[in-house]
Amino acid sequence: MIAYIVRRVLLAILTIWAITVLSFLIIQLPPGDFVTAYIATMSAGGAGITEGEAQALREQYGLDQPFHIQYLKWMGLIAQGNFGMAIEWGRPVLDVIGDRMVLTIVISLAAIVFTWALALPIGIYSAVKRYSFLDYFFTFLGFIGLAIPGFMLALIVMYIGFAYFGASVGGLFSAEYADAPWSLERVWDLITHLPVPAIVLGVAGTAQMIRIMRSNLLDELRKPYVMTARARGLSETRVIMKYPVRVALNPFVSTIGYLLPYVVSGSIIVSLVLSLPTVGPLLLKSLIAQDMFLAGTIVLLLGVLTVIGTLISDLLLMWIDPRIRLGRQ
Amino acid sequence: MTEPRLPQEHATTTAAEEKVALATQWQLMWWRFRKHHLAMLGALVLIVFYLIVIGVDFLAYVDPNESDAQRSLVAPQPIHWFDDGKFAPYVHPLKGRRDPVTFKRVYAPDLETKVPIQFFGPGFEYKFLGIFKTDVHLLAVKDAKPEESLFLLGTDLQGRDLWSRLIYGTQTSLTIGLVSVALSLLLGVTLGGMSGYFGGMWDTVIQRIIEILRSIPTIPLWMGLTAALPNDWSVTQVYFAITIIISLIGWTELARVVRGRFLSLRQDDFVMAAELLGCSKTRIIFRHMVPSFISHIIAATTLAIPAMIISETSLSFLGLGLRPPAISWGVLLQDAQNIQALAISPWMLIPVLPVIVAVLAFNFMGDGLRDAADPYG
Repeated sequence: MIAYIVRRVLLAILTIWAITVLSFLIIQLPPGDFVTAYIATMSAGGAGITEGEAQALREQYGLDQPFHIQYLKWMGLIAQGNFGMAIEWGRPVLDVIGDRMVLTIVISLAAIVFTWALALPIGIYSAVKRYSFLDYFFTFLGFIGLAIPGFMLALIVMYIGFAYFGASVGGLFSAEYADAPWSLERVWDLITHLPVPAIVLGVAGTAQMIRIMRSNLLDELRKPYVMTARARGLSETRVIMKYPVRVALNPFVSTIGYLLPYVVSGSIIVSLVLSLPTVGPLLLKSLIAQDMFLAGTIVLLLGVLTVIGTLISDLLLMWIDPRIRLGRQ
Repeated sequence: MTEPRLPQEHATTTAAEEKVALATQWQLMWWRFRKHHLAMLGALVLIVFYLIVIGVDFLAYVDPNESDAQRSLVAPQPIHWFDDGKFAPYVHPLKGRRDPVTFKRVYAPDLETKVPIQFFGPGFEYKFLGIFKTDVHLLAVKDAKPEESLFLLGTDLQGRDLWSRLIYGTQTSLTIGLVSVALSLLLGVTLGGMSGYFGGMWDTVIQRIIEILRSIPTIPLWMGLTAALPNDWSVTQVYFAITIIISLIGWTELARVVRGRFLSLRQDDFVMAAELLGCSKTRIIFRHMVPSFISHIIAATTLAIPAMIISETSLSFLGLGLRPPAISWGVLLQDAQNIQALAISPWMLIPVLPVIVAVLAFNFMGDGLRDAADPYG
């Protein structure tokens, strides 16, 4: 078991390292460097920057040095909690990202909760009542759900909301709470705004989860132990819920690992359509403005968050599945 | 072919059973695939889609990039199919004027005149399949210019015809999916094959790479990579750059399938038999192993295409993928990005439909292929 945890943690660290390299690559790819972009923005805003200051900036980020040295310097700065400056905003990157990162996490979690809350019962129902009307109905819905990318669903929802209910479904806060400091009312306001983005984000994942749950459970229901349990006179609910569902749940849990990057990815683009104050719109803007430290940091943080989420899901899996816990490997 | 004579009590094999026993692997797969109605439907829809890809110039009735502010935001136009009880489709020409209050352009049909629609009529000149010079189009109008009188799906803000743009967008979006999947296949089969066949160190390294790539949120990464494409690149250069970026991550699933197949086949009796008979490694791989898993690869490839299409659409929608003047479903949907645009011109949402239908069709067909891939199972 310890070996398993160690292996997982090591893999997570390796992944995070790979993500830092990729994020740095993104920062480096566009022609020119951060300082040229910075100078351009500063002079466009009327505030000049002296040659000396530019040189100092270049030295701070080691821009005159080869790729790997620059990378190491960047990592060194991050280790001190310095993610660089967001050029466009003229503020440290972390300041700009702060709240939005939290909201990204909140939305992603809400989408996953929605996915689970819906996929689990429907999956069980579809497997137990196979080929029933509702099974076909959910299968059909699932196929449609899988085929519509999140942002298109967002567009459609937005249009329906506008055309038939005359309401704007975008945003995460009502106008009066948008810039207010955190308070209980603001949190409640957030909760009431969460369902639409959570559903839009969760639909594709839900469709996939229903299919996984259904086929897992079907495999289990065919096994002899289920017949034994029935033969012994257990109630039908107990026969199904106590054993096969528990076993079928394992692959279900392990897929959270894949669900998370998927939902985070989706939240970026859905946020743009529904104008949610997450890091999504910020990332797009920073990429277009070539504000590469901001963009790189966002990609880095999203990646790291995903890896941590995956790690948690693996540990969770270990906790509920004795076969892994007791060391199958 | 001489069948051994069966004892009398077993001699009841019907012609149908005999046919099954003698059928080749591909025949069996086809029979099984045929029984999967949704998959057949998907295949049919895809055939239609790819016919569109081939015949874009024939199906579009105007140049997709020809703009005119005088025709800005025309709503989809109803076609009258019957004239005096006879089948003679026509449209009423539109008269546009600027609303003095809202400054929006409004269009009213001129009910007095009729513009007859002609099938296989003349339009702009093009080269069919790049070879035959012709000007025949599926739809044309008699004695009028199609760009001024025919608005099947309406026009966009610049007055470009949405139907023609959609047709051209279909070509781009559906081929970009194929090209990306071909690249992914190349990477996936090579790396997955190495992983499965050599095992050991190779396997460990490649599997770790796959796990790492799969745990990174793809869209931010893609956004970062595509944002770095130089602005002065031509449409074709961007097209290929996008396919490469998309397939950089898409290969992992295919590699996983290939590796799994290699691992399970390596232990199969017929591979062992071939080894004992002294076959060379190349012969074992290409003569014995590949034919038995190629069908699985085809199924996995089909299932990978819709993801590629969605990726391209998402990126272009964000303005980070293909850029105008290139036309793709994603580029078209950019016009439907905000609620104001949707409120004024809801028909801009139409490109959502082909995306959904194509993705569904690929998924159905892929599912059918996967079920049929192992006809002996």
